[in-house]
Amino acid sequence: MKKTPLNALHYRLGARMIDFGGWDMPVQYSGVIAEHLAVRSHAGLFDVSHMGQIRVRGSQALGFLEFATINRVASLKDGQVQYTALCYETGGVVDDLTLYRLAADDYLLCVNAANIEKDFVWLKGLAKDSRYAGLILEDCSSAYGLLALQGPQAAEILAGLTTTDLGGLKTYHFQDARVAGIDLILSRTGYTGEDGFELYCPAEATENLWLALSAAGETAGLLPCGLGARDTLRLEKAYPLYGHELSADILPLEARLGWITKLDKGAFVGREALQRARAEGIKRQLVGLKLTVPGVPRAGYPVFCGGEPAGYVTSGTSSPVLRQGIALALVDKELAGSGSSWQIEIRQQFKEALLTPLPFV
Amino acid sequence: MEYPDHLKYTEEHEWIAVDDDVVIIGITDFAQKQLGDVVFVELPEVGDVLESGKPFGVVESVKAVSDVYAPISGEVLEINEDLPDEPGLLNTSPYEDGWMLKVKLSDPDELDELMDADAYQELVEEE
Repeated sequence: MKKTPLNALHYRLGARMIDFGGWDMPVQYSGVIAEHLAVRSHAGLFDVSHMGQIRVRGSQALGFLEFATINRVASLKDGQVQYTALCYETGGVVDDLTLYRLAADDYLLCVNAANIEKDFVWLKGLAKDSRYAGLILEDCSSAYGLLALQGPQAAEILAGLTTTDLGGLKTYHFQDARVAGIDLILSRTGYTGEDGFELYCPAEATENLWLALSAAGETAGLLPCGLGARDTLRLEKAYPLYGHELSADILPLEARLGWITKLDKGAFVGREALQRARAEGIKRQLVGLKLTVPGVPRAGYPVFCGGEPAGYVTSGTSSPVLRQGIALALVDKELAGSGSSWQIEIRQQFKEALLTPLPFV
Repeated sequence: MEYPDHLKYTEEHEWIAVDDDVVIIGITDFAQKQLGDVVFVELPEVGDVLESGKPFGVVESVKAVSDVYAPISGEVLEINEDLPDEPGLLNTSPYEDGWMLKVKLSDPDELDELMDADAYQELVEEE
């Protein structure tokens, strides 16, 4: 199994480890609910070093990324981050990612761990076009450790370890910084819906960075957090997860990603299919459902509207903040607009649910 | 982890307290730690008849769904009414406030199949 630079540390901390897409990762330390609530009220520290980094450089980099991704890369300035996706010609999603503009001819893509190889092969295929001669594509995933410091206390904890003016670092921006004596990329981004940072450091410095952040956060109530809390936190905020809300069979327009799908920016992979789908009418829509009775919706459970099959749950959990079952579900769009009575089938029982505006929390 | 001496145990990580032909059933400290935060419990109804080895209920944590298997056969006399509203009792007090069912034994011989605390501890250490 693949390991992050913190693998031995997770075992020392007593984490429960799981196989996450071929990676030996911590699912929890003290408990999913305690970790989740710590991030909502104080702070949490996550090892997300399994995520991949692909660097795209050269005078053709902007034009290449404009063609390969669905959001408008040209709108980015140096030091800005953009949420975007790679699509197939069919409009289905190869991966969703964050794109960092280091310079006009130099970009860093942060991609899902399970998709690193697929994305890299896909991008190399697109780069074969003679228009992109001279483009440099590099998978530098193993060179970086990546920690996420998230929660309302994140900035205060970090302020004690760096001279960087954190007030000047706005959401979805990044800059070079020195934290605890380690030179790294400091990004004001995250996947929890709270204020927070993602720190891209040299792989060999990851453990020292973790230890420094943990120590600095101790009195602020910071907890080490596993992938369990990462999932419940993103689900309460209705952020999509590749393999659940996004896949080769789901269009970004169905998955509430119309806001990053810039059909008017010029040619890009998947644009024709997405334009056609929009013209013909999007058939499915991702919606939020809350159980009104006890229970826990899970991915794959069937969803009914007025007794008719309407779709399926893409992700579900018991919300630690709401203390009730919540689900993202991909359902028939017409029903999503008109339906009033919703049910989720759990072990052959129909459980009443309520269509809910997103995010849940 | 604790495994009280006065209880009997199963390979499915349930405990059984025996009082003549009435037993109380719950899940062990090991089971609750493996599950993590329990957020949902589904129990049978009073009067239901359990068959040894068959699932009688469901325990769900944030991350996972687990069946709970009947360690013995018999009729359900009482269920812990607090559990559906407070499933976290399985984590905080697995042997006391987190008890699940009271059952009237239909075949007392089935008790011979159960493990004592030492044998159970040995099993857990192997896992």
